[in-house]
Amino acid sequence: MGELAADKHVKYILAVEKRKDNFESAVLEHLRMNGAYWGLTTLDLLGKLDAVDSNEIIEWILKCQHESGGFAGNVGHDPHILYTLSAIQVLALFDKLNVLDVDKVSTYIAGLQNEDGSFSGDIWGEVDTRFSYIAICGLSILKCLDKINVERAVNYIISCRNVDGGFGCTPGGESHAGQIFCCVAALAITGALHYVDKDLLGWWLCERQVKSGGLNGRPEKLPDVCYSWWVLSSLTMIDRVHWISKEKLIKFILNCQDTENGGISDRPDDAVDIFHTYFGVAGLSLLEYPGVKAVDPAYALPVDVVDRIFFGK
Amino acid sequence: MHGRPRKPLKPVDEAAVAAKAEKLRALQSEFLSNHQNKIYSKEAVELSAKLLEINPELYTAWNYRKLAVQQNLAQCESDPESVNSILDEELKVVENALRQNFKSYGAWHHRKWVLEKGHSSMDKELGLLDKFQAMDARNFHAWNYRRFVAALMKRSDEDELEHTQNMIDKNLSNYSAWHNRSVLLSNLMKKAAPGFTSKDEVLTREYELVREALFTDEDDQSGWFYHLWLLDQTVRSEFPLLVSSWPVEGSDISLPAADYLDGCASMNVFHYSSRNFPLVLYFNQSVRGVNSSTVSVSCGFNLNIDLIWKPLSSTDSQSAKVWATHLAIPDAELHSSEAYQVEVKVGFSQGIVSTTGVAYSHPSQISFQLHLQKTPLESGQDSRFGRIQWKDDCFAVYEPGSAEPDLVNLLDNLTIKNEVESTASTWQARIIDDETNIFRDLLDCKIGKLTVARLLTAYNSLRPLDKPVHCKEVLELYSELMKLDPSHYQYYKDNHSLVLLQQLGSFEKLLWVQMLDLSNNELQSIEGLEALQLLSQLCLSNNKFRSFTALESLRYLKSLKVLDISQNEIGSHSIDTTRYLFRSPLSHSVGSCDWNINYLSSETYWEAFFVLKDMGLTQLDVAGNAITSKSFNVFLEKLLPTLKWLDGVEVN
Repeated sequence: MGELAADKHVKYILAVEKRKDNFESAVLEHLRMNGAYWGLTTLDLLGKLDAVDSNEIIEWILKCQHESGGFAGNVGHDPHILYTLSAIQVLALFDKLNVLDVDKVSTYIAGLQNEDGSFSGDIWGEVDTRFSYIAICGLSILKCLDKINVERAVNYIISCRNVDGGFGCTPGGESHAGQIFCCVAALAITGALHYVDKDLLGWWLCERQVKSGGLNGRPEKLPDVCYSWWVLSSLTMIDRVHWISKEKLIKFILNCQDTENGGISDRPDDAVDIFHTYFGVAGLSLLEYPGVKAVDPAYALPVDVVDRIFFGK
Repeated sequence: MHGRPRKPLKPVDEAAVAAKAEKLRALQSEFLSNHQNKIYSKEAVELSAKLLEINPELYTAWNYRKLAVQQNLAQCESDPESVNSILDEELKVVENALRQNFKSYGAWHHRKWVLEKGHSSMDKELGLLDKFQAMDARNFHAWNYRRFVAALMKRSDEDELEHTQNMIDKNLSNYSAWHNRSVLLSNLMKKAAPGFTSKDEVLTREYELVREALFTDEDDQSGWFYHLWLLDQTVRSEFPLLVSSWPVEGSDISLPAADYLDGCASMNVFHYSSRNFPLVLYFNQSVRGVNSSTVSVSCGFNLNIDLIWKPLSSTDSQSAKVWATHLAIPDAELHSSEAYQVEVKVGFSQGIVSTTGVAYSHPSQISFQLHLQKTPLESGQDSRFGRIQWKDDCFAVYEPGSAEPDLVNLLDNLTIKNEVESTASTWQARIIDDETNIFRDLLDCKIGKLTVARLLTAYNSLRPLDKPVHCKEVLELYSELMKLDPSHYQYYKDNHSLVLLQQLGSFEKLLWVQMLDLSNNELQSIEGLEALQLLSQLCLSNNKFRSFTALESLRYLKSLKVLDISQNEIGSHSIDTTRYLFRSPLSHSVGSCDWNINYLSSETYWEAFFVLKDMGLTQLDVAGNAITSKSFNVFLEKLLPTLKWLDGVEVN
């Protein structure tokens, strides 16, 4: 079949962290905080988080914090809820949440909740259920979930539920695996999974598996490794992951590797990137692939990191 | 980040790429400096436009432009020509950015932001949308934006419905159009708009429309989920009904004077081993509002306090299909023969409502007799401390069609007789029948077989009080699907299991069960078992349970004394698929103070802790699971002070 070229992927991630001269890293400079989360979580899942200098990274993260309490994608950029979550998640990986002024960050996040329970991404008001997930996940990790109106947040998410059992970005929005992950995970964290019709959504999700064994994000679209995370984690949270063929999906993910230079791409023989490398490895984790640590499907962090936050040790 | 080939199609000019990157970095650096210093000169703003054309994902640049617009609008003092020109410029920048990446969240949001300032003719926006939808009919940003514009223009749902029809006419394979149709149609039916009041007519039209999509290309999924929705709309039972209860109307129940374990119960007279007597109400759908005002219980002895009804749902604290309460039975006096007549009246006052908002309007009354026994029943030995063994002679075997009509009659009588007309003779049945005949023509393919199986199952759901029919055919269809579509084998297998269970009579018919052996199946879930409030002995050995979190339902079985979960897969899996279907601090459904630090050993057994901590188990078997070890057994003995037998060995 092929195996997971873990060492190559580790080398790839460490190299990308340092490269600054290519066009790709210039174009993606504004979301480096997300990139840090994808790269470092992958390293942790492969047992190699100690290959990086955590102090250097934490220093840079804190430079990205704004006076409002939110974090930007990189130094000098504006704060946004997307990068605030990634910052919190990376600090959780390093077990360094204590460097945060928790009150400040949580106030920033809570301040983005709207009257109808939805969340804006930043002060400019874009509303999307992705941001509902981010707020709930981030505040939960900081143990400050009670700073928001959870009931209204849940009600807004439910208003985005569709007749096919899935969820969209806003009320009436088409079901999409990425949004479904966000909504299901948010409902999982707030103990509200009884609002999900598991059999109905489970069927929609399992039908994302196409003939090649890969998963697409919605009907009649091409398969993509990143859906190995979004579809799979959703299926895992509602206990329907046995409805797909795990073997065929593993094969698809492994075929998307660049076994020479490291990294994983969206489809076989496409260009690799950190984003798909993370989702490929996280997908393999959910499929219980040997050599990969277990990942938590709701918090998108290694299980031992999540257990450490909630059960201490 | 998507769809770029790994080996570039032409040789890469390294120097040119590096120069391009350097140029972009310089632009970005200059832009950030302008932004930091709040410079909104014409050149600075143009720089941001140039950047956004190269990289529409640069979100800070969109923020910057909004600040520049705000400043410029303030300066031009509402002169309409200046305002229009400023906002026009923004719309142009958005269009350029969308041309580069028409999935850019930042670009679409910026356009909405501009429009909210009251600019642009809406016809222009619809024109722009038509262009985008022609290029990509599945672009959900465009569909979302269309919804936004339609709301601003106050376009009617009927007009938008027509738009979805046009899209579908152009191309049946347009899931996005079908989805939007479902949203609009739901709305129109909900507000009973003219032309949308007869469910029969509306659904019949839609079935005809979607049929083409299903028959044109049997592998194209665009119509599948729409068709399933139509089916749900056809058979969905609007009214909440009581379908089962324990005790059952007319039953005669003996309660022993002292606590003891009885291995076998006889059928017509129920022995129960505790003074805490459960009452269970089983509805056909999730309801809320079951309490001592809406359900009245009167019996010969005084109930000093209002009964507390609890919904048996793991995460929902307000509603459930199954509700239970407990009566505290007073001790019997010596030499008196106590028989009490109990009457439970459900829904005689308003308040019980389904989660979809429909009020419960079929008041039911359940009457039964309670006999309190003063002496314990004869039993060969004092089985109080004996170990229960799951032997076949604990159970009587009933063959179908044997000379034991009692059990069959009993199971049939366990359902509540409602005075509700079976809908089997109405338009719903006619539609199901028509569809079934049509889809039998598609029987060679996956969606054909699956749809016929669902239609036959739907037919049974129209007649909940009658025995299910067509079971053999449905089971055969699922077996064929397991072979036809092996990737989804387990999906069909689970559906197959459900049909088998329905043939037997699902949990609503088993509320009286005290001892249950589910060993040697392939179970990984016991969802629904929480309804069996009398359960005191349960065997789940030799199944496929992966974690203690899969046993959440057991937390509701207050009478459970004997549990066998040996020979399962607990501890063999790194991924826990029921982690969030379980009440724990991770899902904020228990207080963190419930996690008692005293139970930490070298391993954290929090899953087992939460499931078992409030149980009064006397007998537990866990051997044959990867989690078992000396330290785990020590943990169990500490957690369960009432335990007398662990893995067959007496506990000290």
